[in-house]
Parts: sequence; C-alpha cells; structure tokens
Amino acid sequence: MESEFDINQGGLRADGRRPLELRRIRMRLGVFTQADGSAYVEQGKTKILATVYGPHQPRGKAISSSTKDVKGIVNCQYSSAVFSFGAAERKKKPRGDRKSQEASQQLRHAMEAIINLELFARSQIDIFVEILQMDGSEFCVAVNAATLALIDAGISIKDYAIGCSITVSDSLLGEDDDGQCTEILDANWVEECCPSVTLSIVALPKVVDETETKSSVILTHGSGQRLHLSKLEPLRIKALQGCKDIRTIIDEAVKNHLEIFSIATALDK
Amino acid sequence: MIKSNKTEQCNYLIRLATDRIDHSFPCNQDQQLIFFTPGEEISTQPDFLKGHGTYVDQQGILRASVAGPLEKVNKLISVKPYKTRYQGEIGDVVIGRITEVQRKRWKVDTNAKLDSALLLSSVNLPGGELRRRSVEDEQSMRRYLQEGDLICAEVQSIFADGSLSLHTRVLKYGKLSQGIMLKVSPALIKRQKTHFHNLTNGACLILGNNGYVWIGANFTDVDRSDGGFTQDLSRVRQENREVCARLRNCILGLAKSNILLSDTSVTYAYEESMKYNIRELLQPEVQLDVALLTHQRLVL
Repeated sequence: MESEFDINQGGLRADGRRPLELRRIRMRLGVFTQADGSAYVEQGKTKILATVYGPHQPRGKAISSSTKDVKGIVNCQYSSAVFSFGAAERKKKPRGDRKSQEASQQLRHAMEAIINLELFARSQIDIFVEILQMDGSEFCVAVNAATLALIDAGISIKDYAIGCSITVSDSLLGEDDDGQCTEILDANWVEECCPSVTLSIVALPKVVDETETKSSVILTHGSGQRLHLSKLEPLRIKALQGCKDIRTIIDEAVKNHLEIFSIATALDK
Repeated sequence: MIKSNKTEQCNYLIRLATDRIDHSFPCNQDQQLIFFTPGEEISTQPDFLKGHGTYVDQQGILRASVAGPLEKVNKLISVKPYKTRYQGEIGDVVIGRITEVQRKRWKVDTNAKLDSALLLSSVNLPGGELRRRSVEDEQSMRRYLQEGDLICAEVQSIFADGSLSLHTRVLKYGKLSQGIMLKVSPALIKRQKTHFHNLTNGACLILGNNGYVWIGANFTDVDRSDGGFTQDLSRVRQENREVCARLRNCILGLAKSNILLSDTSVTYAYEESMKYNIRELLQPEVQLDVALLTHQRLVL
C-alpha cells in the first residue's frame, strides 16, 4: 500500500520536506500583558497559545491540599478551540473530553518534571494551552509553547521541555533493510492520518546531550497504535535529535526576545 | 493602514495585527549583555556560589534556570529574569489589595508568590493608641480594612515559606483613598531612597517595589493622624482627574517600552506628553514617541 508520505518523490514528503526535516517554527513571547507569562508558537500550520499565571496563592479546589505541601502545585488545561479543525467540522467541546483530559495530565507531568517546584512551596502555577489550529503534532507543540510561557513568566525550570513526534508508516514497518528511511519527523495532519504509528516524546535535550544516559529523560511517551518494542529505541534516538534541533531554534528566539529588555538595564547603571 | 472613524462622540482606532507597533527601541550600549537561558551551562568550577536563578545538576555543573542576564557578585552567581513575580525584600514599599480578613491578620495580594500578611499588631490603630490588641480590636478589624481595600505598606519581615509580613507603622502608610492603581512588572521599578513622590503637577505618586503603582488624586495634604484608615472621599476636580489620567497613560507607555520608572522618568514623560491630548496618549505611535523623548532626556 502506498501512503502519502511514501518516499518516492525523490526522497521528499508530500509537503516537500525531507524525512527528518522539521516544519518552520515561529514564536512570540509575552503576547499578553495580563498573564504572568505567555507564548504563541506556530509549527507549520499548527498554531498554539500558552499562558501561565502564577506562582500565586492557591485558590479554589487546590486550597485544602496545598497547606501541608512543601512543593508547588501545577495546574494544566489543554484545550482546542472549536474551530481548530481544518475541514469545516467543529469540535463540540473545547475541553473536558477524554483526549484533552489525557493531554492535560501528560502536560502536567512534563511541566512538573522541569519546574523547580521546591522553590514554589505552597503556591500554585496555572498553565493554559489553547490550540488555535491543528495540523499534526499538537501535543508536542503545546509542550514547547508551555515551556516558553514558563520562561516568559520567569519561573525557574531545569531545562526546556521539548516535544517532538516521529511517525512510522504501517506499510513500511519491517522493511528496514531496503536502505530507505522509513520514519518521518514532525508529521502534519495528512501524514498522521495515514495508517501509521506516531510516537510523541518530550525530552530535556540539553541534559540528554551531556549525560548520554538512557534513563529518566523522556517525560511522556504517547503512541496511538501498537509499536514493536525493538523499533522503539531507534525511533527514540531520531526523535531526540529532532528535540535538539527544536531546542536550538527556540533558544535563539528566547535570546532575541531578551534583547528588548536590555534598555531597562542600560539605564540602571 | 490605519482606519479611524472620527465622529463627534467617538474616536475608534481599528488596525490589523500586522500594523502593530514595536515598542522596543535599540539602545547603544557599551558592553553587550550576555543572556543565559534555562539549562545553559554557566560554569563547571565548584568554587562558585549558586544564587537565584541557577541550580547545580547531578554532575555538579552550574546551570541557569531562568532566562536573563548574568549577575556576578564576587563568587555569587545569579541569573535575573526580567519578568517575574515580586520577590520581597525587607524595607520595600509595596502597594497591595486586601483579599481576606482573618483572625488577627489581613491577607494582602502584593503580586508575590503567596499572599502577604498584615498583622493586626503591626498597624497603627485609630487615635494613635499604643497598647495590646484586644478581642474587641479583632472583632472590628473589618471596620479598618475590608476585602478589596488598597493599602500601602512596608515589608517588615519574610516568613520561612517566603511570604511577606507587612507593617503600616509609619503614618505615610495606610489605606489609599482616591486614585488609580496600575500594574507593571516589578523589574521596571527603579530602587530609590524614597518611593513616595509629590510631583510638580500636584499629583502624588507611589511606585511600589512590587510593581504596583499608585497615582493619588488627593492634591491636598491629608491628616493621617488617625492611623491612616479614613478615606478622603471629597470630590476630585476635573483638572486633577485629567492630570491623573495623563500620568497613567504616560506610565503605561513607558512600561511598554521597558523604561525604568522613577520620579524623574515619569516627570519627563509627563512633560513630553503635553503636546498630545490625553486620549492620544493611548495610541501606540504616540506612546513610542513619548518613550523615545523621555529616553533621550534620561541619557543626557
């Protein structure tokens, strides 16, 4: 069976990318003045807004559990706008369905892993992620956006949490020996719809790079379909390379963003 | 393309997102600042002390944990983020809003990680009495300050969990009456000897260290001998209101361009803004112009 991204157009995918090429990533930090931190990220046609409120005094439900806690509480909301689907269909509920609840949980785990929570004892950090347009790899982009919003809010984190997805076509599974590259990085919506397995990983690329350990760096795995265990390790390595590339791009954008504040310090001296 | 629909009653400004004005402007600095981002390695040497915004990983490498410029004081290395919640320091002047009345204390929102506490024993009671606080005082706490009231206070101490304890023991502190409160980033407030300013235009300005700014509309000196719990609710005259509104717009414009707020910068911006009317000061081009002119006068 021929899939859309089958490598037959001179080794290129349907949208003209090479198999392990990322889409264009564009971002803005500090898009809202009301929130403590905010970020807008576009990866190809996937567009996501993330906002961070806090750390602040816990309010509402979290209040009872927080009084004894020595660590801060992280609250995540992952929702996709009703208009975020491309093709003329509308989502019924922006949040609260199983899929977005699971994504919220995974996002919370990822953020808890990078935030130095012991610095935020008895306080609460709210992270809201809104998907404005879906075009594949939403969860990974959401993680990147949330990380940027945390940085914008000045919240102490260990490293960037970077999400990257890798997709293997069903038809090509098990045909590894023909010398062709069967995995594609950062799949878009059309490629995700093909019969395939998508693996989303979230990693701390910097730490991975310098410690070279195999354990405890990948924060969440997500795979819709079945994947043979022997395939996992090579996929992971390729996706980690993608994470590192994304980190480089994002890191540069953050440094550029910091330039606008330099005027404040210039006059201080 | 800017479309403005000008009628006698209204003046709307509608523009596309692509026509947004960039409020930041470059400044020629002598030395280029070095920025660190989270996870970036600062040093592998063990003989450094880790300050705020840094952490030591399992390999003993000192890394940044926030994004900002590096600050080095002898062996203490810290990275300071530009935008963050208020980190209290003893002696700071803060402006806050009462969120809760508890037994013997008020809870105050001061833009910090946790709500601050204003103890009943650290306020001046009306009449200037100095005595132990009795049960009657506890019961009438809501008479002095209730939820939603704005106060100006000083940081007295910092609790073990990082929350702040405030006091209003000096007569200049206390309840704020009529005026405008603005929220800016705490990093934009310049640390000075005094944060209370009586500007030449008559308004009083309090630049709270926590990023909350108060523009007071009471142009006459008030008698604060009663512990600062009374509010002056007399009518504010039209021209005084206009001064406050102009100051507000100037401060917001400066904050957008990340210019440090002090009495000098605010006064300069106020003077430079006189060629525009108050409403025009909300337009991004005008804000940028005022900020640029202020910046020029500041560097002179």
